[in-house]
Order: sequence, then structure tokens, then C-alpha cells
Amino acid sequence: MIIELGHFALFIALAAALLQAISGLYAGHTRNLTYSNMANGASDVAFIAVIFSFFVLVYAYLTSDFSVKNVAENSHTLKPLIYKIAGAWGNHEGSMLLWVVVAAGYGSSLAHFGKSLSFGLKARAMGIQGLIIAAVVGYVVFASNPFLRLDTPPLQGNDLNPLLQDPALAIHPPFLYLGYVGLSLVYSLAIAGLMEGKIDAAWARWLRPWVLASWVFLTIGILLGAYWAYYELGWGGWWFWDPVENASFMPWLLATALLHSAIVTEKRGALAAWTVLLSILAFSLSLLGTFLVRSGVITSVHAFALDPGRGIWILMILAFFTGGGLLLYGLKGAKMASDKGLFAPISRETALILNNLFLVVACFTILVGTLYPLVGEAIYGRAISVGAPYFNAVFTPLMSVILLVLPLATMLSWKRAVLVTSSKKLVWVALVAILGGLLVAFLAKNKPMSAVGIAIGIWVILAAIFEISNRIGLGKMPLVQSLKRLQGLRLMAIGMFLAHLGVGIFTISAVIETSFKTETTKGLASGESVVFGGYKIKLDAIEASEGPNYYGDKAILSVRRRNDAFAMSPERRYYPAAKMPTTEVARHTNAFGELYIALGEPSIVDGRAVWTLRLYENPMIGWLFGGCMIIALGGVLSLLDRGLRIGAPKAKVKP
Amino acid sequence: MKRRDRTLILIILSGLILVAASIFVAIAMKKTVSFFYAPQDVAQNPPKIGTNVRLGGLVKSGSIIRGAEGKIDFIVTDGMAEIKVEYVGIAPDLFREGQGVIAEGQFISNDNFKASRILAKHDENYIPKEVATALKKSGQWKEPTSAAKYDGGRK
Repeated sequence: MIIELGHFALFIALAAALLQAISGLYAGHTRNLTYSNMANGASDVAFIAVIFSFFVLVYAYLTSDFSVKNVAENSHTLKPLIYKIAGAWGNHEGSMLLWVVVAAGYGSSLAHFGKSLSFGLKARAMGIQGLIIAAVVGYVVFASNPFLRLDTPPLQGNDLNPLLQDPALAIHPPFLYLGYVGLSLVYSLAIAGLMEGKIDAAWARWLRPWVLASWVFLTIGILLGAYWAYYELGWGGWWFWDPVENASFMPWLLATALLHSAIVTEKRGALAAWTVLLSILAFSLSLLGTFLVRSGVITSVHAFALDPGRGIWILMILAFFTGGGLLLYGLKGAKMASDKGLFAPISRETALILNNLFLVVACFTILVGTLYPLVGEAIYGRAISVGAPYFNAVFTPLMSVILLVLPLATMLSWKRAVLVTSSKKLVWVALVAILGGLLVAFLAKNKPMSAVGIAIGIWVILAAIFEISNRIGLGKMPLVQSLKRLQGLRLMAIGMFLAHLGVGIFTISAVIETSFKTETTKGLASGESVVFGGYKIKLDAIEASEGPNYYGDKAILSVRRRNDAFAMSPERRYYPAAKMPTTEVARHTNAFGELYIALGEPSIVDGRAVWTLRLYENPMIGWLFGGCMIIALGGVLSLLDRGLRIGAPKAKVKP
Repeated sequence: MKRRDRTLILIILSGLILVAASIFVAIAMKKTVSFFYAPQDVAQNPPKIGTNVRLGGLVKSGSIIRGAEGKIDFIVTDGMAEIKVEYVGIAPDLFREGQGVIAEGQFISNDNFKASRILAKHDENYIPKEVATALKKSGQWKEPTSAAKYDGGRK
């Protein structure tokens, strides 16, 4: 019964979302307050209805109701509680339900927190958001219903894919969707602005908190995914340029560009049309990402069993919103006469334009690489694949340019700047960075590109530190006074500092991790040992291990390096319900890297069981993920800045 | 500077960057793109020895030999032809006999392949598109039977 209520709530949500769409758009057209209130109310109804429906699904998982097909296929009575809950979105139908929960949540929060928005803009944005919710709820109801019942319920379920039974991956989809789908509201605001015919500094001011929030969530979501891939898959890597990974990275790149261009639009009233275009494209790429992940048109190492037939629906939604948005942009975008802020060729505006151009081009090259296998087959007459070598070849140089320009941009003043004065301040930073690069080149021969990468990282980090200490007058006045100044700094300024610092830390770590990691494969029988990277690793024994829904083999390793001795125990698990093995790696972390060991399958050599161990030494890996966390933290601080509160009063700078 | 000039410069600049990027992309693509081979393709279209390609098909039943130091030998078949594959490392969790597989690496002769990576799957029911196509061509294709025994397959 309750299951049917959950299903029924989706129909209510569909009706409410349609009402929200119609009344919102109509209110925007007629400036009628009643209809606008109706749209706001409808958004709450839609949100409550999908939340209810979502909780019903979670309830079905918690109670292991195997009469529901979705639960029978993805759950098991013995599964730990947290994965029963996470199982609700660890599958196609449930994850699409989560998608609409987030979309309706954003719609409803615009209704409540967007009080300072101009009447027409808000009403129309509510309308467009309603349209998006309706389209995806419609898809869930008619093509991907999570509440389908089985005629003969099985006694036990199939269990959630064991690779997904992991804490990082349990929260990865919610974060990713809070990011992806947050861009839907950015899109709605952009379309509403186009319909209003008014894209100005105030519009950008309303847009920014939503962009920033989506971007923070997306950053954390991608980070969680990469971290999961790193420790759960047992391949020792964290990024594979796989289509599914690219699908989340492309919207992130555009959201990053948007974050910067919206600042220009808000502060200087320039780049308005460009910011609108980015908003439309960023959401389009989110939808494209959903399509690529959910349709399986491109072979991915992260792919799960899929139904290509459903992809068509998502493709239609994608075509409608992208096509419609771009059409409207073509009709109205050129007439945006609000580009008022003039600036000289050397100015912060220009530097941010460069940042935007390169981010968009980087996104474009990834898009080409990701979709090329689809057209490649037609060109070459056979299946092809585009792998990491392509992406490394095109993406790395583009990113290097962005990172080289970044510190300069933070030094340049708005409107008009003198390059010499601004760059003079950075001469010492540049010198130290070059020296650092030379040192690396000298120490590690035959790795010139790594030296360049590390120099760029030092450049970004030192420039960020230099910039903030300049602002608080560190060293130029008593320390107490400097600290007071730091306290007085806008959170936004500290956020920018942290984000750029994080980028620098990430860059150095990623370069070092990629160029200096070592790995080897070794077969060991009980009692044998291997020397790897200064560690002496001895296989003491293989023990049987057992959990609630799995059993497995666990290697007991004793590891020694100089005076340091510790135990590690990588494991191979087998999940009988899902009929799948998994690798549980063992990791030993210190300040500058970690020893990472995966256990393979045994083979019988001379009558003894020899277990394969895959050993990795990954330098700087903790700093790599830490750098991403710092980037996200920078975003959070900016979001907390009083000027960026969603309910912030009117824009200070009138164009 | 006049607004129109500025816009013009911006458009030219972005155009230039885009053109440069496209040329760059095309060169990188030409250098790095890798072809997919099913075992039956090798006879008609012999691969260049020593270039990176992907090989896909089914792991022949009874063909996996695990040696010391993580060495794994197995045979990839599509029912029409067979290729011997050698690999060193830990195979992905779902690497099994009778299952679909994609190996990245190089042909060392027309029927020997040295794999540098075996593509993992995260899901038992997932079959890479290229492998499915190759199997359909050779008539070896069977609809994947889902682990969902009670309804004979996922919808």
C-alpha cells in the first residue's frame, strides 16, 4: 500500500511541477501576483511529493520489501543498514528519483530564499524550473518507475553491487546531483533573464550564489568519486579519463568558467551575454552527462548494466532544453544592450576572459574526445577508442596556460591595469618557482615536463600566499595589526585565496603522483617476502575473513622500513548474493605518500599457493585529495560571505 | 577603445584559440586513437605490430593459466578466431572464463597479444558495446542472463 502511495505521489509531483511551470511563466508574462504565488506554492507541493516518494523508496529498502522489483534487484536482507539506505540511489531508477528530489528542492528554495529577486525574473525562473522538474518526473513515472511490483516476490534480493557498498560511494551520488542539478536553477535564471530581456549586474548577483553552491557540491562529488576509484578498484589510480568521469568533469569546467565570468558581470556589468551562454551550456553538459552515464552509448570502465532504450528519453529532454535555450539565446542574446562596462586590453576583465576562453576550450577538447568514438566508427569504419594519451596531450597544455595566467589575474586591477607594475610584484615569486623547477629537473633527470608542472604549482601557491599577505600588510606593519586586517577581510577574498591555493597544491601533487609513482607485481607464498621502495613486506599468513554478506581471504602482511614496523592486510571478498568478488586494498599513509597493496588471486606453483600482490607507492596522494578539499572549502567560505547571501539586497554597483 | 573594436578583438581572439585548439585536437587524436579488434578482424585486417589497440571478445573457457609473479595467460575468442593474450598484474575482479573482456595493449604477432591493461567491469551484467557487436557478427551472442533469476532479465 505504502509503495503505491509513493508511486502516486510522483503523479502529484508531476501535476504540481506542470502547474508551477504554467503559472510561473504566465505570472512573468502578466505580472500577476496571484499566479506567482501559485507557482511558489506548487513548487513546495512538488518538493514535498517527491521527498515523500523518495522516503517511501528508502523505506522499501529498509524493510527489504522484495515485492518491489527495484529492491529485489539491488538489496539483500543481510546488507548493512547504511547500504540499504544508499542502495535506494545506487541504481538507475532510484538515482533518477534522487535527481528530481534535488531539482524540486532547488526550485522550492528559490521560492523561499529568492525574495529579493525582481518579480518577473523570479516568476519566470520558477516556471522554467517547473518545466525541468516536470520533464524528469515524467521520465521517472513513465520510463523508469522505481515502484514496479513483482507478481511473485523472491525470498531474497540480488544485493547491491558490492563495489557500491562503500561509504564514499554512498554519498557520492547525492553530492554529484546537488552539483549537476543545481545548474538547472542557474539555467532557469539565465532563461528567465533572457525572457525578461534584462541581464545586468543585479541578475549576476542573484545568479552567483547558485553557481557557487552547485560548483562546491560538484567539486566534492567528483572528489568522492575519484577517491572511491582510487581505493576501491585496486588499480592504484584516481583518474582514468573515462567517459563517465569526463561527464562530470565537463560541467565542472564550465561552472568554474561561469563562476569567474559572473563576477565580471556583477562587478563591471560586462560579459553579460557570455555569462548567459555559459549558464545554458553548463546545464546542457549536466544533462549530457546524465545521458552518457545512463545510456551506455560509450564503453566505459565504470559502466553498469544499462538499457539503451531509456537513453532516448534523456536525449529528448537534453535536446529540448539545450535546443530551446540556445534558440532563445540566438533570438534575444544579441540584443542584450547591457554590456556597459568598458575595460582596457590589460585589465582583470581581460585576464578573466582568457581564463574563460581556456576553460571552455579545455571543456571542448574533452567533449570531442569523449564523443569521438561515436563518430569515429563512421569515419574509420570500425570501433575505436580514445584514451588517456589523448586527454593528457590536449588537456595538460591548456591547463598550464590557465595556471600561468591565474596569479597575474589576481594582481591586475579592474578596468585598466599596467602590466609592468602588477607583474613586478610577482618577480620574486616567479624566480622561486623557476628555481624550484630547475631543482626538480636536476634531481629527477629525464622528467622535464614534471619540472615544468611543479614550477607552475609553486608559482600558483606562492602567488596566492603573496597576494593575501599583501592585502593584510604582513611584514609591513605589526603582526597584531595584520591579523586584525585578516579578520576584516571579506570571506570572499579568503575563499578566493583558499581555492587558488588548493589548485596549486593539487597541481604539484598530481604532477608528482603521476610522474614518480612506482608499482610492481609479485607472487608470494606464506613466509616469503619482497623488498619494494625501501619496504620489506612479508606475507605471514592468509586468513579467512567473513562479513554480514560476504566472505573472503585476507593477507596478513608485516611491513618494515628502517625502524618502522607495521601490519597491513589487503583482502579479497566474495559477495555470494551478487556473485561478485571485490578487492579491498590496504594502505599505509605518511606525510608524503602512501604504500598501497592489493591482493590478487592465488595460483598453485610447485604445490604451494602463491598469492599475487600488486604493490604501489603513491607519493603526495593525500595532498592531491586534500588540495581538492581546500578548493571546495574556498567555495564554501565565499558562499558564506554576506554579500553573496541569496537574500542579499540589491546590487551595490549599478552599471 | 571603442566597444565594437573590443568585441571584434575578442571574437577574433576566441576564434584563433578555437582554431588552434582544433588543430591540436586533430593531431593528438590521430596520434593516440586506438582501434578495436575482435579476433576475427585480424585475418581480414592485420593489425600493425606494436601499435596500441584494444582486443575484445570472450575469455575462452579453460584457457586461463595463472603463473608466478602475477602472470596471466588466456585466450580471447569470438567463435571464429582465437588470440593468445599475455598479461602481468592483477586482473579485474570480474575477469572470468566465459565472460566478455577488453584488453588494451599491442599485437606481438597476428595471433599473440600483449595486454598492458584489462578493462574492468563494475557489473556482472555489463557487456561492452564493441564486444557485443563482435559477438553478434560471429553469431556467438547470447542475451545476457541477469542475476535476477525470477524474471529472466532486467527491463
